[in-house]
Amino acid sequence: MSEAKVDSGRRTWIAISCGAGAVGGVAVAVPFVASFAPSERAKAAGAPVQADIGALRPGEKMTVEWRGKPVWIVRRTEEQVAALPKLDGQLADPFSKRNPSELTPEYARNEARSIKPEVFVCVGICSHLGCSPVDRFTPGAQPSLPDDWAGGFLCPCHGSTFDMAGRVFKNKPAPDNLEVPPHMYLSDTLLLIGEDKA
Amino acid sequence: MAEFKEAPPGSSAMTQATVWLENRFPTGFAEYKKHMSEYYAPKNFNVWYFFGSLAMLVLVIQIVTGIFLVMHYKPDAAKAFESVEYIMRDVPWGWLIRYMHSTGASAFFIVVYLHMWRGMIYGSYQKPRELVWIFGVALFLCLMAEAFMGYLLPWGQMSYWGAQVIINLFSAIPLIGPDLSLLIRGDYVVGDATLNRFFAFHVIAVPLVLIGLVVAHLLTLHDVGSNNPDGVDIKAKKDPKTGIPLDGIPFHPYYTVHDLVGVGVFLLIFAAIVFFAPEMGGYFLEYNNFIPADPLKTPAHIAPVWYFTPFYSMLRAVTDPFVTVLVGVVAIAAVLTVLRAKLSGTGKLVVLVGALVLIALLKALDAKFWGVVVMGVAVMVLFPLPWLDRSPVRSIRYRPGWNKVLYGIFIVNFLVLGYLGIKPPSPVGTAVSQAGTLFYFGFFLLMPWWSRIGSFKPVPERVNFHAH
Repeated sequence: MSEAKVDSGRRTWIAISCGAGAVGGVAVAVPFVASFAPSERAKAAGAPVQADIGALRPGEKMTVEWRGKPVWIVRRTEEQVAALPKLDGQLADPFSKRNPSELTPEYARNEARSIKPEVFVCVGICSHLGCSPVDRFTPGAQPSLPDDWAGGFLCPCHGSTFDMAGRVFKNKPAPDNLEVPPHMYLSDTLLLIGEDKA
Repeated sequence: MAEFKEAPPGSSAMTQATVWLENRFPTGFAEYKKHMSEYYAPKNFNVWYFFGSLAMLVLVIQIVTGIFLVMHYKPDAAKAFESVEYIMRDVPWGWLIRYMHSTGASAFFIVVYLHMWRGMIYGSYQKPRELVWIFGVALFLCLMAEAFMGYLLPWGQMSYWGAQVIINLFSAIPLIGPDLSLLIRGDYVVGDATLNRFFAFHVIAVPLVLIGLVVAHLLTLHDVGSNNPDGVDIKAKKDPKTGIPLDGIPFHPYYTVHDLVGVGVFLLIFAAIVFFAPEMGGYFLEYNNFIPADPLKTPAHIAPVWYFTPFYSMLRAVTDPFVTVLVGVVAIAAVLTVLRAKLSGTGKLVVLVGALVLIALLKALDAKFWGVVVMGVAVMVLFPLPWLDRSPVRSIRYRPGWNKVLYGIFIVNFLVLGYLGIKPPSPVGTAVSQAGTLFYFGFFLLMPWWSRIGSFKPVPERVNFHAH
């Protein structure tokens, strides 16, 4: 170490220039980090899609792609709709109380989570880690499902189960019900997914 | 600057060339001595000491095959899968280069896991090698990132849904999570933007960091010197005349030649896999990955590649009931710490308040988030290992006999967790992986306590070595 006295004036300037350099460095990092965000093209790709459900028979499901995600449209049978309230006790959030603004639009905040009781529309992405659950509409005991299974969806990744209204069962990895996207009927058989205002 | 040397008059062209070089690049000569011809490694290395140099070999294989794959691969969601098939079918010898790269990925983890296990049983992380260990764990983390991002590139079903699941892990973080995963994906779903950035990270960014860390790992190792199966410090006994450790031998030529044997055995096995079982029954290359990525359909069973499954099991083990168990564990740990540890009044208060906050958070946040935390901490817990271990000896050879049983259970537990992570979720599997997760963390977090107990055997003054 040198014995010379520290020139505190110079030290101050060194500190100031280091600080200014750090601010500049951070400022340069901003555009680089920002470039990770979705591009304008990706943002624009979220246009609504139409789905013709005229050919969909009770007990059947169809899938359409909206914003790169699978959207399911299920025409439930009368028995399936009637069975929904019986499951309330086994569900984590039977009345769609959690994050309703993100998961369930106002017109779907009912037992069936849908506009028309028989037609159920939801985004087929598990609320746990984003896998797409598979159909298990047949009731009864089967692998990875309880013996009193009433029909619904099973996520193959981590075993979360959902009922026919996309409501998640208790004590499963998935915390939330399946998301009901904004949607509306253009006619009796034509659905618009991604928009709900006329 | 060193003084200019003169070659003796009439010396050979070789000597003259050497002197010419040494005058212009003395660093090269000094470093060669420091790291090769005058780096004294203990003479009692056993088979476990092959895996460090083998890891370097696999790194070279991955870099070389990777460069050639990039010449034909297209990082474009519409073309990626097709271009990999093109490499496999149409590029001359492309299948070999690709299988070397895919087998190399698994080989890398096998070699690195064995290398880490060696460090654990011989206490190689203990003072003064803490930094060697820390750089090593950082290398392991980088390797995991490298493997994960590389796995997206073939753009098969497993690539796609594996990335979807892992990126969604980040969205479990409260407040910033959803935006963070959006920033990683660069789109609302895994797509072309994700593929392109993963390609950039996989081929440039992470390899550069990996190589930098390898250099740091080796420099710190060569500064403090290698440990050995006896955990004896060879620098304590030096030849009084030369100052060279009595139990040390120069790395070159002794260990370079010695390691060639390991390289030979490794390449024999490696080539056998590349030529006869490159998919390794679906473990090295998963069957679902031969189906192009379909964003609308998740495969019936998705699991990460085998090397991630022990950690993936721990992620899956965290369910709501398990979080309640964790609350109990935290409470008991806090009470025991307050009762047993020698802490000041404030220290005890800090422990109690910290435990209460943790319990409140455990109950307040989703089990999903804690699953992610458990998986992350399972790797991070390796960092403080040098300070968790309070054993007075390094090597397992001189630790109490029951330590061998404990380390045996640890490895079996790790393998069981890995096995369960490959399987679809089941109630029994979940219960076993929950017990396994508790054991894994207990092993590390209770180490300050158990590593001190028992009667230690006397450590010899010199290493055990019998010439062949």
